[in-house]
Amino acid sequence: MTTLTELLPWDKVQIARNPQRPRTLDYIRVLCEDFFELRGDRHHGDDQALVCGISKIDGRSVAIIGHQKGSDTKENVRRNFGSPHPEGYRKALRVMEHAKKFNMPILTLIDTAGAHPSMAAEERGQAEAIARNLLVMADLPVPIIATVIGEGGSGGALAIGVADRLLMLEHAVYSVASPEASAAILWRDSSKASEAAKAMKITAQDLHSFGIADLIIPEPEGGAHMDVAAIVHAVGNALREQLSTLSTLTLDQLLDQRYAKYRAIGRFRQAQSEIVEA
Amino acid sequence: MTVEVHDLKDFFRRAPLPFTSSRREQQIPDNVWTKCANCGELTYQKQFNDALKVCPKCGYHSRISSREWIDILADADSFVEHDADLQGIDILGFVSPKDNYEAKLAATSERTGTNDVVMSGSASIEGLPFEIAACNFDFMGGSMGSVFGEKVARAVERAADRGVPVLTINASGGARMHEGIFALMQMAKVSVALTRLARVRQPHISLLVDPCYGGVSASYASVADIILAEPGANIGFAGRRVIEQTIRQKLPPHFQTAEFFLEHGMIDAVVPRSDMRATIGRLLRLYERPTSSADHREHVVAGHQ
Ligand SMILES: [Zn+2]
Repeated sequence: MTTLTELLPWDKVQIARNPQRPRTLDYIRVLCEDFFELRGDRHHGDDQALVCGISKIDGRSVAIIGHQKGSDTKENVRRNFGSPHPEGYRKALRVMEHAKKFNMPILTLIDTAGAHPSMAAEERGQAEAIARNLLVMADLPVPIIATVIGEGGSGGALAIGVADRLLMLEHAVYSVASPEASAAILWRDSSKASEAAKAMKITAQDLHSFGIADLIIPEPEGGAHMDVAAIVHAVGNALREQLSTLSTLTLDQLLDQRYAKYRAIGRFRQAQSEIVEA
Repeated sequence: MTVEVHDLKDFFRRAPLPFTSSRREQQIPDNVWTKCANCGELTYQKQFNDALKVCPKCGYHSRISSREWIDILADADSFVEHDADLQGIDILGFVSPKDNYEAKLAATSERTGTNDVVMSGSASIEGLPFEIAACNFDFMGGSMGSVFGEKVARAVERAADRGVPVLTINASGGARMHEGIFALMQMAKVSVALTRLARVRQPHISLLVDPCYGGVSASYASVADIILAEPGANIGFAGRRVIEQTIRQKLPPHFQTAEFFLEHGMIDAVVPRSDMRATIGRLLRLYERPTSSADHREHVVAGHQ
């Protein structure tokens, strides 16, 4: 027990990146009564760094979108370590539009160091692909629940993360840039990643205290990988509870609340003394 | 409303106002030389200002401030600034021996005479009203934090409330690291605001200027109804250095320029600075609605009878 309370932010990054940690497909296998994978963006290709599909949970149709890291080198190459190209985000966009058409709530599982930086990604409009998803999710007329199951990095995470509820696993992290990238940008020294992890306030507990994460899902002692069945069960319960709460809202209430949630994020000073908080 | 097309064309052909000594924020005497950052050509400051800070030899568009953009684009005296009093605060308690966020903010405000990156307000071009939010890259690399996001979101909401277009001028290195997750979430904040503008069917025009990367590029700037860019502007999601480190090779010079993204279908037009006021004026005109919607409805009903 003492070890857990003493975890530093950098320790949490290591837990969040543990190769044994359950990934999107581990949750899908257990939680979904049936899962039909929807593949391809219908324009360029099928990016396996993102897994998308339709399924049923408790008899209710849902759409699922999640980053997928590999469990070994071979799978990591195929899935690009969970870092999507534009076609991954456009596949996710297709599934969002699909969910809208068939009135399915969307569950997203966030687990990426970030969107892939490469020439191909730039040529095919990585920035536009991410931006498009943010804009569409901003008023998509179905409930959206995002859960950070591992690491949430940058716009590549947010591109499936604009949601009515943001849940985080106890040792998950979510940041504007990976600790390595943050250290490189701030201090031109990526070896100071552990310092950056601390300074950037990236833990689930930090985000909950900021009012950005709505709920923290406790992990088994030692982390999610120590008892996969238990964490999948806990995530399933949390998702069911949030889904039933959100389903009591009218569409106007849902979208008004989503607007208010994101519109209020930010802290600044206005006219010298007033501090506006979210 | 009747408009003489010839007059319009003449107006839009007119050269934009050059910077004059009184309008410039930094009082550089006219009789000094300015060296082009691209080709090294020496130009008299006055001549450089008259050319809107575009190199007469190589055409390099040097970076200009939000204030200068507003001077170039807006009708004289039409700009009314809003939200200038918003100031960043140290949300994360970001103090390290190397880096004190509030001290950095204070020093940058002192140097630039503004509180943050974005200057925003109401303006017009040839009487056509719009809201504007323009980045000043010189303020902490145009980085997007809470104040940036709030000012752009308010500009978009004001445009929606007034039923006018919004123009964003985007130059940014990305999110402001010192505000952590709050900086990332500004991408979502501006996105939700834009849904309100879409509902009243008013356009968002995005102008990408050098350089535009990261969180700004990967949010509202890249999904506007119209996207313009300046010649040679560097634009992208990931910075060149990051990509070169990832792929372990040098990138071609043309990569990630405005022209590159025009070829790849990501933007609508590359517009030289001297044509920018005319181009945005044309666009405002193209989206302009009949002055009275009530008159329009009556006309439609009458047409059915
Ligand atoms: Zn030059």
